[in-house]
Amino acid sequence: MSSPESVLRAGRDPYHIGHAPSTGAPEYTGHGAGGPAPKRIVVGYGFWIFILSDVILFSCFFATYTVLIDARNGGPGPQQLFDLHNTALETACLLLSSFTCGMTSLAVARHNLLWTEITLAITGLLGLTFLGLEAHEFHALVALGAGPTRSAFLTAFFALVGCHGAHVTCGLLWLGTMMAQFPAKGFKETIRHRYLCFSLFWHALDIIWIGIFTVVYLIGVITP
Amino acid sequence: MSSHPEDFDEFDLGSRVGEDQVAGAQPSEAPPTLRSELGGYLIGLALAAALTAAAFWALDEHVIYGPGIVMALIVFGLAQVGVHLVFFLHLTTSPDNTNNALALAFGVLIVSLIFFGSIWVMYHMNQNMIPAKALMEMRGG
Repeated sequence: MSSPESVLRAGRDPYHIGHAPSTGAPEYTGHGAGGPAPKRIVVGYGFWIFILSDVILFSCFFATYTVLIDARNGGPGPQQLFDLHNTALETACLLLSSFTCGMTSLAVARHNLLWTEITLAITGLLGLTFLGLEAHEFHALVALGAGPTRSAFLTAFFALVGCHGAHVTCGLLWLGTMMAQFPAKGFKETIRHRYLCFSLFWHALDIIWIGIFTVVYLIGVITP
Repeated sequence: MSSHPEDFDEFDLGSRVGEDQVAGAQPSEAPPTLRSELGGYLIGLALAAALTAAAFWALDEHVIYGPGIVMALIVFGLAQVGVHLVFFLHLTTSPDNTNNALALAFGVLIVSLIFFGSIWVMYHMNQNMIPAKALMEMRGG
């Protein structure tokens, strides 16, 4: 005979949702084993899906560039236009900023405001340096008469690299927002989840850049 | 959600986080030390920098047989993407990461279809097109 208390509880919650049995393996229904995933996992998964859709967007630009690399209409090609020293510097900036972004993650996990702000500032400065180098390169190309209107190849180049630059710009705005929100709102759960999404975004931008420096610049300059 | 300092957050796609445990998982090991996590990022940075340097070096020094350079660059690039996924994004095989890994696999499928599919289709189209010069002559009569 069951106790009146257990009858009452079974009436309220017949499927024991949210009530782990006191002994043995937990049995939940309706949410998969172990109940719904923690908020942090769900937030990270959702943003990961967004990042993958962004990567698919970039893959269209990569395909366009690769297909159009010969369509120069008599204009200059990668060998005449690209300065690999500039590319190497940009690569170093983004790789280091990805690393310092990881350092920020360590500081945020430890609720250390000072190191969070310092590493975010370094990440932002490296991102700004990257954008400056890219703007300088674009300006030099346009001054050479090799702007996006010159040939299909250059249109594809400016579209792909410019799209990545636009993403970095958005990332920098987001980074500034995080630098303001950590001191203003503290290490609340929502703010830490927001930072989690930002760090995923920033690391993903560096992964896209690996594709750009490999396909656009390095493979570009050895394409006859 | 508590905000005491022991409440560790791991900024990656999955794996364990303080009290956020999947049911049935082993009781969490001690929270990761700063030294071990920093070491992970440093290994990632060193590997990524080495692979980047290798890509630029392979191009400059003509150490690789000419027609093989493109393949070498692609291999270095893909290896570096792997390094970033493991050491910076912390994509692991833990239960919390299964969905992320599956989503990534699907993303890789779509990206491959778009990228290699476009190259393949456009290459064959270019092969079978009438050259622009011949087309002009035909039009001109």
